Amino acid sequence: MSLSSKDLLAIKGMTADEITLILDTAATFKNVSERDIKKVPALRGKTVINLFYEASTRTRTSFELAGKRLSADVINISTSTSSVVKGETLLDTAQNLEAMKCEMIIVRHASSGAPEYLSKRLKSSVINAGDGFHEHPTQALLDMFTMREKLGSLAGKTVVIAGDIAHSRVARSNIHGLLTMGAKVRVCGPPTMMPTGIERLGATVYYDMDKAIEGVDAIMMLRLQLERQAAGLFPGVREYARLFGLNQARLKLAAKNALVMHPGPMNRGVEISSDVADGTPVILDQVTNGVAIRMAVMFLLSGGVKPEA
Amino acid sequence: MNILIKNGHIIDPANKVDGKFDLLVSDGKTAKLGKTGSLSSSGVEVIDAVGKLVVPGLIDMHVHLREPGFEYKETIFTGTDAARAGGFTSICCMPNTNPVNDNRSITEFILSQARAASARVYPIGAITKGSKGEELAEMGELHQAGCVAVSDDGKPVMSAAIMRRAMEYSKIFDMLIISHCEDSSLSAKGVMHEGMVSTELGLRGIPAAAEDVMTARDLSLAELTGCRLHIAHVSTAGSVRMIRDAKARGIRVTAETCPHYFTLTEEAVRGYNTMAKMNPPLRTADDVAAIKQGLKDGTLDVIATDHAPHAADEKSGEFDQAPFGIVGLETALGLTLKLVDEGVLTLAGAIKKLSTNPAALIKRDAGSLSEGAVADITIIDPELAWTVDASTFKSKSKNTPFNGWKLKGKAVQTIVGGK
Repeated sequence: MSLSSKDLLAIKGMTADEITLILDTAATFKNVSERDIKKVPALRGKTVINLFYEASTRTRTSFELAGKRLSADVINISTSTSSVVKGETLLDTAQNLEAMKCEMIIVRHASSGAPEYLSKRLKSSVINAGDGFHEHPTQALLDMFTMREKLGSLAGKTVVIAGDIAHSRVARSNIHGLLTMGAKVRVCGPPTMMPTGIERLGATVYYDMDKAIEGVDAIMMLRLQLERQAAGLFPGVREYARLFGLNQARLKLAAKNALVMHPGPMNRGVEISSDVADGTPVILDQVTNGVAIRMAVMFLLSGGVKPEA
Repeated sequence: MNILIKNGHIIDPANKVDGKFDLLVSDGKTAKLGKTGSLSSSGVEVIDAVGKLVVPGLIDMHVHLREPGFEYKETIFTGTDAARAGGFTSICCMPNTNPVNDNRSITEFILSQARAASARVYPIGAITKGSKGEELAEMGELHQAGCVAVSDDGKPVMSAAIMRRAMEYSKIFDMLIISHCEDSSLSAKGVMHEGMVSTELGLRGIPAAAEDVMTARDLSLAELTGCRLHIAHVSTAGSVRMIRDAKARGIRVTAETCPHYFTLTEEAVRGYNTMAKMNPPLRTADDVAAIKQGLKDGTLDVIATDHAPHAADEKSGEFDQAPFGIVGLETALGLTLKLVDEGVLTLAGAIKKLSTNPAALIKRDAGSLSEGAVADITIIDPELAWTVDASTFKSKSKNTPFNGWKLKGKAVQTIVGGK
């Protein structure tokens, strides 16, 4: 089996089979990063461009390592050094890069829909590395990979996603993915950070963190953007931490050995207390798994077929 | 030159005419209406309008002509050519040009350019200087120079105190105040309607309440001041309800909506379609139903286009960055006739919204086929099936969400001043 689409733009619209294919493929690639020589020749001679219009350390590095471990040539472009500062349009920039011959463009952009816009106009495969508040599909895939690894399966499990749901592409991708894989999804945060109609996607909305966390198998904390305070979305960090932060006392309400996850970067003492953050290995496992997931996505989009185990 | 328009179905709501008549035009004026075959055709040019509708020239009271300042989007010439192609003989142009039409010299410039244009142009002046919402523009000068209304369209007048004073001051001239109802602290950086679709697409939303709270405010201020208030581009069920209530209580208010608000919903934005990006944004199916009901029961008096030309480069790219607005002059009639087909409006009702009512609001010689009135006449083939092809638009800009749509009914001849 292989992926039929040219691009990876969103989890919404993906089937359970497609998600499973990526997760299974990532499992075989995870070993590569554990070896002494962390390289396979799958994308030898191919060129991958990281086109990042937003600052990112984790995701950009993860994609770069994934490409390099597949033996692709990887180029990084960030806005501060590109001709964007000279006023070049997104499409002109991307077409110029494509004219230098590349097979894959990985796009992060502050505007929702920017990767989809490019994908319709480029021959290269486009991978969405996060667009606005829309989706961050590889993050959701690595989250689901991590949960599956620890919990055995996603079907029937209950996951709570807590924090600023409205401004989170990670939340949207995870809601779509987890529901598709048969998990139950709760979302919890202040109503000011809850997007209109989110329950119609199939998630259950909570404003009470204690209730939201009760009996869940996994807790996914989202980063609080502190500047949202000025926009009136929450009164202050102190109250936010008290109402929605994850601490040891609250963690006890979840199922035994519930997973604590965070897509990073964390605000310690705000959405997650330091002892909880340091008490779980899962947050760093997510980062490790991110490389494997991105290797799998690049491999499958370039026409690769999952090697039989 | 004299013209005899024969065998047509004449609809002239101002004179309660709706039937088969012949119409004689003489020296640029409507001269005579007579039973079919009763008027002499000797020495006149004859137009056989059998099977056609003959109606007072259509009037679009909400157009952005972009000149001066943004001639790459539209000029007074290309905009009026588009108007005429769409059946409009008169258009009112909004003041958000560069510089803003907030003083006599800009109004006079527009009117002087319009002298050689293919349709009549009636400028709308700004409510506040530079449309900044801070100080009143010189409304007396604007009125005297020929402005038919004032509006800061494109921007709300956020200060209720300034809006109140503008409304009071307008009473000197019985000037129409056209309000763009939007609370910009609620719409903020929104780019589409706030709802299910914005949640899925991850786009910043503009709640219906951003329009509704401003409609409520301006209705209250109109009640306080007794001015003539006209609410522009109504898009929400809430605004329709409040305007209906205000009218029932005798407040002097009229309102318009645009074809896109009774034709499309927020769903049109899917795929990050920038052609579906306008302000106010496309709303929900419930809002569309309320707009249609408002048109039907007379709450909404006018259908205007909010014709907002933008260059192709501007309308492509990231959804967040694309400007708001679509062109409308060349599709409005066909989309309005769809409402007639659906039974929302009668033919006469449609012509009222597109001609009779806006003429009364701008208080100009237009919108009727009365004897002695200027001969602004639109001849419509109601059965003509056609496909919207933006590349053939007379407008300089092609930004329409209706490209490729199959419509029925089109203006086949637009006569301005007997020509």
